Amino acid sequence: MVTLRFHQYQVVGRALPSEAEEHPKICRMKLWATNEVRAKSKFWYFLRKLKKVKKSNGQVLAINEIFEKNPTKIKNYGIWLRYQSRTGYHNMYKEYRDTTLNGAVEQMYNEMASRHRVRFPCIQIIKTATIPAKLCKRESTKQFHDSKIKFPSVFKKVRPPTRKLKTTYKASRPNLFM
Amino acid sequence: MPFKRYVEIGRVALVNYGKEYGRLVVIVDVVDQNRALVDAPDMVRGQMNFKRLSLTDIKIDIPRVPKKKTLIDAMEKADVKNKWENSSWGRKLIVQKRRAALNDFDRFKIMLAKIKRAGVVRQELAKLKKNAA
Repeated sequence: MVTLRFHQYQVVGRALPSEAEEHPKICRMKLWATNEVRAKSKFWYFLRKLKKVKKSNGQVLAINEIFEKNPTKIKNYGIWLRYQSRTGYHNMYKEYRDTTLNGAVEQMYNEMASRHRVRFPCIQIIKTATIPAKLCKRESTKQFHDSKIKFPSVFKKVRPPTRKLKTTYKASRPNLFM
Repeated sequence: MPFKRYVEIGRVALVNYGKEYGRLVVIVDVVDQNRALVDAPDMVRGQMNFKRLSLTDIKIDIPRVPKKKTLIDAMEKADVKNKWENSSWGRKLIVQKRRAALNDFDRFKIMLAKIKRAGVVRQELAKLKKNAA
């Protein structure tokens, strides 16, 4: 499995207790980041928008990585996101087929960057869910919901099995037919 | 020219790049346009890009995403291992592996055998030439 860039973390935090509030409410967030440090930072970013608390007057109680429960099962993921384009904020719903949620989230970030030129800081994931096949909305995911799926591989990529065996000149033309 | 080898559930493929190079795997499901869920009796089921797979002629009969035991039984029934080793592609790979694993004494023995075979061929050729002349 290729190493994925994004990991899912559960961050739990609260404001620091003060004389006004002895037991402040504890908030929990699930978010995606490349590492734990960034996850904590993103946690405060979101919490600042929801409550009047900053990192300086709050504390992170726990941060755990959430791992995929069934990485060998293919699932359809629906991702709801809010992103900032050059002209304003928009909501979007995207669907991906993948074996892990982290893989689907990485696909989403790559697709948003390529299709809409939106980078990581400008995307907020509102919600993710695994969608059963009946409820998928996008044709590009629905076309793989075929139990007897069959298609030819049209183009054969001829390459040496390791980068070490790469040569600039070849003796004969490669055969590209599968 | 129509296509003969399709990406489908049950197609046996050879991994031609990466860590799993040289392994025979079965396509168990299709993730999307570029990736397949791939399984073999001695590896954890995982996803692989089609660019890393070379499709073979062998296809086994399995339901979509079978249990490991079902997969192993289906592979036994279709006799994938023997079919592969008797196919010309499979035989070529076995010969390549043997040649790569030779030690110097083996290479010496091969040299002697090659000289002997060439000698026999030349004798026959000389006989045919004499009869033609």
